[in-house]
Parts: sequence; C-alpha cells; structure tokens
Amino acid sequence: MQQATPETAGRAARTAAPPPLADEAAETYLTLTVADQLCGVPVLAVRDVLGYQAITRIPLAPPEVAGSLNLRGRIVTAIDLRRRLGLPPRGAEAKAMSVVVERDGELYSLLADAVGDVLPLPLDQRAANPPTLDPLWREVSTGVHRLGERLVILLDVERILAIG
Amino acid sequence: MDDLLADFLTETSEGLVALDSALVRLERNPDDQATLSEVFRIVHTVKGTCGFLGLGQLEAVAHAAENVLGRYRDGALKVSASGVTLILAATDRIRAIVTSLEQKGAEPGGDDMPLINALNAAAEGRDAAPPKPSAAKAAATPAPEPVAVAPLAIAEAPEPAPGEPPAFSPAEMTAPEGSGPTNAPQTIRVSVDVLEGLMMLVSELVLTRNQLLQLARSEDNQAFAVPLQRLSHITTDLQEGVMKTRMQPIGNAWAKLPRLVRDLSHELGKKIELQMKGAETELDRQVLELIKDPLTHMVRNSGDHGLETPADRRAAGKPETGKVMLNAYHEGGHIIIEVADDGKGLPVAKIRAKALAQGMATEAELAGMAERDILRFIFRAGFSTAAAVTAVSGRGVGMDVVKTNIEKIGGTIEVRSAEGRGTTFVIKIPLTLAIVSALIVESGGERFAVPQIGVVELVRAGGEGGPQLERIKDAPVMRLRDRLLPLVSLSRLLQLDTEAREDTGFVVVTQVGAHVFGIIVDRVFDTEEIVVKPVAPILRHVTMFSGNTILGDGSVIMILDPNGIARASGVGGETATANETEARHGLGGPEKTSLLLFRAGDGTPKAVPLGLVSRLEDVERERIESAGGKPLVQYRGRLMPLVPLDPMWCVEMAKERQPVLVFSDGDRAMGVVVDEILDVVEEHLAIDPAGTRPGFLGSMVINQRVTEVIDTSWWLREAGEDWFGGSASKRNALPQRVLVVEDSAFFRNLVVPALTAAGYAVTAVAHAKEALRLRDAGAKFDIIVSDIEMPEIDGLALARALREGGAWAELPLIALTGRSTPRDVEAGRVAGFTDYVGKFDREALLASLQQCLAMTVAA
Repeated sequence: MQQATPETAGRAARTAAPPPLADEAAETYLTLTVADQLCGVPVLAVRDVLGYQAITRIPLAPPEVAGSLNLRGRIVTAIDLRRRLGLPPRGAEAKAMSVVVERDGELYSLLADAVGDVLPLPLDQRAANPPTLDPLWREVSTGVHRLGERLVILLDVERILAIG
Repeated sequence: MDDLLADFLTETSEGLVALDSALVRLERNPDDQATLSEVFRIVHTVKGTCGFLGLGQLEAVAHAAENVLGRYRDGALKVSASGVTLILAATDRIRAIVTSLEQKGAEPGGDDMPLINALNAAAEGRDAAPPKPSAAKAAATPAPEPVAVAPLAIAEAPEPAPGEPPAFSPAEMTAPEGSGPTNAPQTIRVSVDVLEGLMMLVSELVLTRNQLLQLARSEDNQAFAVPLQRLSHITTDLQEGVMKTRMQPIGNAWAKLPRLVRDLSHELGKKIELQMKGAETELDRQVLELIKDPLTHMVRNSGDHGLETPADRRAAGKPETGKVMLNAYHEGGHIIIEVADDGKGLPVAKIRAKALAQGMATEAELAGMAERDILRFIFRAGFSTAAAVTAVSGRGVGMDVVKTNIEKIGGTIEVRSAEGRGTTFVIKIPLTLAIVSALIVESGGERFAVPQIGVVELVRAGGEGGPQLERIKDAPVMRLRDRLLPLVSLSRLLQLDTEAREDTGFVVVTQVGAHVFGIIVDRVFDTEEIVVKPVAPILRHVTMFSGNTILGDGSVIMILDPNGIARASGVGGETATANETEARHGLGGPEKTSLLLFRAGDGTPKAVPLGLVSRLEDVERERIESAGGKPLVQYRGRLMPLVPLDPMWCVEMAKERQPVLVFSDGDRAMGVVVDEILDVVEEHLAIDPAGTRPGFLGSMVINQRVTEVIDTSWWLREAGEDWFGGSASKRNALPQRVLVVEDSAFFRNLVVPALTAAGYAVTAVAHAKEALRLRDAGAKFDIIVSDIEMPEIDGLALARALREGGAWAELPLIALTGRSTPRDVEAGRVAGFTDYVGKFDREALLASLQQCLAMTVAA
C-alpha cells in the first residue's frame, strides 16, 4: 500500500498478523489520505479497496458525486472525498483509489488519494472533534485520533453519504 | 385438466399440509383462537371452492368438517382430542379425494357417509367418542380405492398401528409417479423472490457474455471462439427460459374484471358486456403487476363515463347493452392493450371548456389544436370531466395517474374517440422491464443509452443536401420533411462542456406521447441490449435518467429518460403549444368532413377532403401524352399535368379510362392519377400522423380500415413549378404562414381547420394584443386574417396599428366579418385591410388568401 508512514508501518508490524477487527479498547480503522489529510474509515464498513478505476461522469449530479464505476457487474457510485470535504480538487494526472462501502444495499466508492493501513486505534487516544473544526468536517467526523505525529480524522460513512 | 382445477388442487394440497400441523397444535392447545380460525378458514375455503367446481363428494366431507369446526369456533363445543381425530380423518379423506382428482381428474367415489355422520354427531355434541368404529367401517367400505383407504385408516388409529404409516407414505408418495406424469399437475409454486434473483443473475450473465464477446472480437484466439459461441447460445436460451418463468398471461390481470363490471352495471343501472380478447398474451409479471391497477381503473372509467344508460343508448339507436372491450396482442417487442367502449365518446367541447376554465391552455392554443390533442387533456393532473363525483370514478384521481403509471414502465398511452361511437385507449408497453434494447449515443464526450421504444428515427443533420440545424432565436429546430421539429441539445441540457460545433450532428427523433422532438447528439453508436439498473438514491432527483447500466465493454453508462428530457425542455408533459402540434397534425377539427375514398398503388385505401377536389374525370388512355417524361393531358383547352400517386405508375399502365382527381385553381388544373374511386364518406378528421411518409398527412380509420389521407399541397407541388403563380419555390420551402386573429372560439374552430386543410400553416390568437405581441417578438407570417369586432382593440384599430410601421406593415391583411355593407368595406380599406371577406364564406376566404398572397409575390 502506498504512503504507509513509518509510524503506521511500525504499528502494523507490531500488531498480530490478522489485525483484531475490534475489541473493547480499540476500534479498527482503514486509513486513507485525502489531500494530505489522514482519515480513517471503520474497517467493518469497507467492502473493497480498488486501485484506479475508469469512472463515468454523471451529468447534473451533485458536485460531490464523481460518477459511477463497475465493480464486478455492480454499479458503484463514486463520491469524491476531496470535494465532499471541501478540499482542493485532485490534479488531472493523480489517480484516485476507491474504498467501497455499502449503504442500504447500494454500493458507494469513496475516492481517496491513497489508502493506508488497517489499524486498531485505541479508544483512549481518541478525542472529540475540536469545536473550532470546520463545520463541514464536524458534520462528517466522529472524532480525531492521534497517530504518532499525525492526526486521523475518523469519518462517519453514513454522514459522508448523506448528500443532497 | 383445466387451469382452475389445477390451481385449486395446488392450493388445496398446500392448505392440507398447513391444516395437519394446525390441527395438531389445536389439539395440544384447544383454546388457541388463532389456530382455530386458521383451521376453520382452510376447511371453509376448500368447501367453498369445491362447491363452485362441482366436486360434490369433496364438498360433503369438507362441509361436515367445517360444521364441527364452526361449533368449536363459536365456543358451542369444546375442542376434544376425539374431535380433532375426526377432523384429521376428514382431512385425510379430502387428501385422498384430491389425489384421485390429480390422477384421474375425477372424485374417487365410495361411501363417506359413516365419516360424515360421525362428524355431524360430533357437531351436535352428542358423542365424540363413538366415531372410531363407524369411521373404521368407512375405511373398510371403499375397499376398491387403496389410495383412499390407507390414509383414512391410519388417521383412525394414529398412535398404535405401527405397520400402517409406512403403508400410507408410499401410497401417498408413489401414487402420483406411478400414475404417470401425464395427469399430475406439472406445476410447483416458486417464490417470486427466487425468480427475481434468477433473473438478476441471468442479466449479469448476459452482460458478462457481451463483455466476453467484445473481448473475443479484438483478440484473435481461435481456441476460444467455439466454446464462447456455445456459451453465448446457452446464455441466450437461459435468458429466454428465465424470462418465460416470469411471463404470465395478461388474463391474470383481467381475472377480477368480469366481477367488477358486473357490480358496476348493477350500481350504475347500465347493461354492460365485457369482452376480452387475447387474454393468453403473455408479459412479464413485473409489468403485469404495474398495469393491473391502471387497467382496472380504465375499465371502470369506460363503464362509468364511457357507456350511456340503457335509455340513452336506445335513444341513440344503439343496443341497450354497452360493450367494454379489452384486447391484447404482441407487436414488435411490445404489448398493445386496447381498452375500448362503444359509448358516447369523449366530449371534446366539454374537455376544451374545462381545459380553458382550469387555465391549462389559452383559447388561442386550443383553437390551433387538433382534436386528438384536446383529448389528451384528460391525462393532465386534476382533470376530470365527470359532472358528478360518483362512488365509482370522477374523484380527480384519474387518467393522469394511469398515464404516469404507464410511463413509469416505459409505456405510452393514446386515446381515440368518436363522439357517439365510443372511446378507445391504446396502451403500448414493453414486454419486459429487465432487458431493453437501447441506442448508444455520445454527447460532450460522454456516452448515453436511449431506450429504443421512444426512438422514431435517426437523422444526420448538417450534411450536404440533408436537413440542417437551424435556430429560432436560441431554440434549435430542424425542418424535417416540411415539418418543424423542435430540438433539444443533449450536451446543453446535461450541462456538458462542449465546443460550439452544434451545426452538425445526429438528431434522435423521439416520440413522447403525441409529441415528437429531436435530441441533438454528437455521435451515434450501435444498439445494445441493456439491463436497466436503478440509479443510486442520491441521484434520484436527476429526472433526466431512468437508470444506468453496464455496457459490453464494462463501462458504466447512464440511460436517458425521454419523458424526463421532454419535461425538462418543455416539449412534452402535455404542454404542447398550437404550433408544435400543428407541425404534426396538419388537419383536425370537430366537424365532419366529406372525404373521397380511393385506391392508388398499394392496397391501403386513400382519402382526400372532397372539398379540395374540383372534379373527378375519366381520361381516355389515348389522350394521355408525355412531355419531358411527365404525363400530361389536354384538358379544357390547356395542358394539365398528371401526378400519379403510385410511384410505379407510368403511362403504359394507364387504364382505358383512367380515373383522375382534378384539382384546380382559377384556370390552372392538375390531375392526380389513382387506380379506383371507392366512395365518399362523412368522417371526423382525426388523423393519426404516425408512420407518415411524404405526400400523406397521416392515416385514419374509415369504415374499420386504416386509410391514408393524402397531403394535397404536397402533390400539387409535385405537379410542377408554375402551380402557385410563380411562388412555387417559396411554397416548396414552407407552407405559407397565416395568422388568424379572432376572439370567438367558435369561428377560430371554423377557420383554422379550413385553412390548415388548404395547406396553410395557421397560428391562431384570440386578441389583437396578442397579435401585436407576436409581431414584437419577431414572429413571421405571410398574411393576416383578422376579425373586425373584438374586445379592447378591434380589427380596424389592429389594421391601423400594423400599417403604422413595424415588421408587418406590408403584410396583406384580410378582414373577416359578419357585416359587409359597402360602408364597412370602405372603413376596412381606409384602416388598411387588403380585402374584406364575410364570415362563414370559406371559399371566398381561400380565394382571397390566394389572391392577396399572389399580389405580394408579384409586387
């Protein structure tokens, strides 16, 4: 996986080979990078992680909707996390990765710049959203996690998909 | 075995299984009212149905059992083990009878009296215990029926008799097989979900197959070719097979209608006969479910609004019993369902008035509308012409809901009506919703699928000699075979970024309801079978798409919804303006017109309004000459060009006395060569423009035959250049445009169809103000016909205003008035009118129009 920082790599190595999906003290997250911001999505919500996919644009769709793609015969609606989080758009040459999640039987793909590791994040290292956080982010985030030097914004998939 | 019996047997077998376990539960739990009710209901159903089917033996047993259960249910008797045993015995007897019915198609016979007596005794509460011996006798008596005996016997002695259960089960199990597969019902019930799941998988398989085939085309690997071919065939077969499991005869949706019609006829005091044709026509059950309600509603409407009371019918000279007819048949991948009645027809005048009163259209728009477009108002929301709200219909939920439901499944609905003779609704729906054929187009660099059901034709625009994309202000239009086709640019509609290369492209001519419009696209690929998948919920608000799908190459593509496009671009949605509809419907009007029927070329009868024909002539073959390859005849001292309607016709084929329809204007004449004059009939001009070809306005039904109505002006143009006094080139481009200013709807209705029929493009407005507004908006006309007496601005003031200046200052102006004293005529001339014509005088108006137009051309 790309962009695995030394810290995350080290942590991943320390955890047992099949990472525990959840226990009392920690929740397991898949980390991803969106315009240099490290984010986390509960790993249990994730169905697939895909490399770059051809995406069909959907005219007149909300701006956050990047288009749709074909995942083994199922149509997946792609949400551009950069746009969803109000971040600058991705350069034309940058290839996004897809984190596929399911909601109400429909598949959605969250487009991220890079996908990191699956990590158990201990609950005691989690902090609530700082009140000064951008309201848009506060809306979609369930908290902030310290990961070494960096901060991971924990994303709520339900709220990310609440568009329009 | 008939279907009814087969259904009954399947249902009863299922019921019996449930009954066994319910009875056992009841025995354990005698106070369980729910179980008791369930048991009672099952037995009651069996009894009721078999009485209906004439199965006396079965009914007797079930009836006796039901009696006992009824007593239990009412609390008159306590549920006892012996009672339950008795009922179980009855159940087994029922099962035996059912088995016999399955195998032999008849009841087994035998004596059930001991069992029935025991049941009756139990019902009277006399004694529940003694049945055992008597019932055992019952078991012994019908000895020749081994199948029947065995179950009864074990039911009598459930606990002991260890040897008997095995004897019972084989009997039950083997009997159907032993009797051969011929008689046993070859149906099983499968849950709809399973079928839906299968269908989905097959759809995916089809897609994957298409993908593979596409790959194989680009690869040159022979080894895969053959197995791939087979896979392809098998997939197709599988698809058809699974589709078949979803197919149901449309009769299933009609099953409830006879009862409904019967009740309706009682309620309304009308005599109604329901005729159903094509009940065996099969369609996808998903579609079937969706049209069930609309159909029911329409049949109800036909009975309630369409048919008259017996007294009215008698007065109208019709049989007392009104007919409601349902007809279903396949037509090119679609199902056509007709719902017709022979009632009073739709009241056009009422609909027109209502549309006006509800502000759905202005008078001017209505005046320019053909009858069939006015009829379409009944599909608008909130429109109901029923004067009284009856319990049956007329509650404001009406045809608009029907139309919406039908459009939802990609279907269309049309209405035809003849006042006094009835109304016919024609519904066209796809066979299946799962897989549709679609045209793949490209616009703004993106590909889209257009379902083929709405596509009428494809036109390449901007090519040499072909039709060109033009603009009226910013609205793109195209002249296609002398019709003005409104266009919608897909890239603009979908806000796709495109360079401005809009002068060339392809136009997908699309029909939504009665509206025809073109969608401009950049490229057209081929057609493909696609599996429609719904779009994600977050995209549902984008009404331009009806779904999405995956193409053979694996890419995702959006499916365009022609209805949504029509609505978004203001073309459809039953909001057509007079001009648009006129582009399609050349003729139309409420009054009856004399039509000359004749035959020419193919077998389809042709018609032309009689008023347009000057004379019918028989021309001797010898007199037909040829000049420059064109047939001519000397006629009244001049040369008259002859135009054959049949393109294959040549002088050599002329009959000895060749029938010719002569059209003349002043001293000019032309003859249309036909094969045979058939008849003259009086008919409402209700021309259906579908399938129009050049030279024909469309078709209509006359004497139950589809008849093509010829476009006289087109054929006149065929006759040659000098026909319209030197203005031929102008005529060739477009029919001359007439603006009619007339405040009275009645006169508009009189004038507009007359002028339209004469080949003019007519726009009607109700006020002088509106005429002036059109002028300022830059509308162009060749001539104006105006009433004199009008509210606010009268005709004279209008004439003065027009003559004062502006774009129309030079236009010929014809006054149309009831008063034509010399003083009035003089006043008109002073105000600026070119000519003065009395109302009602159609001939004079037409003559004046020609004269005035010729004058301007000459000037």
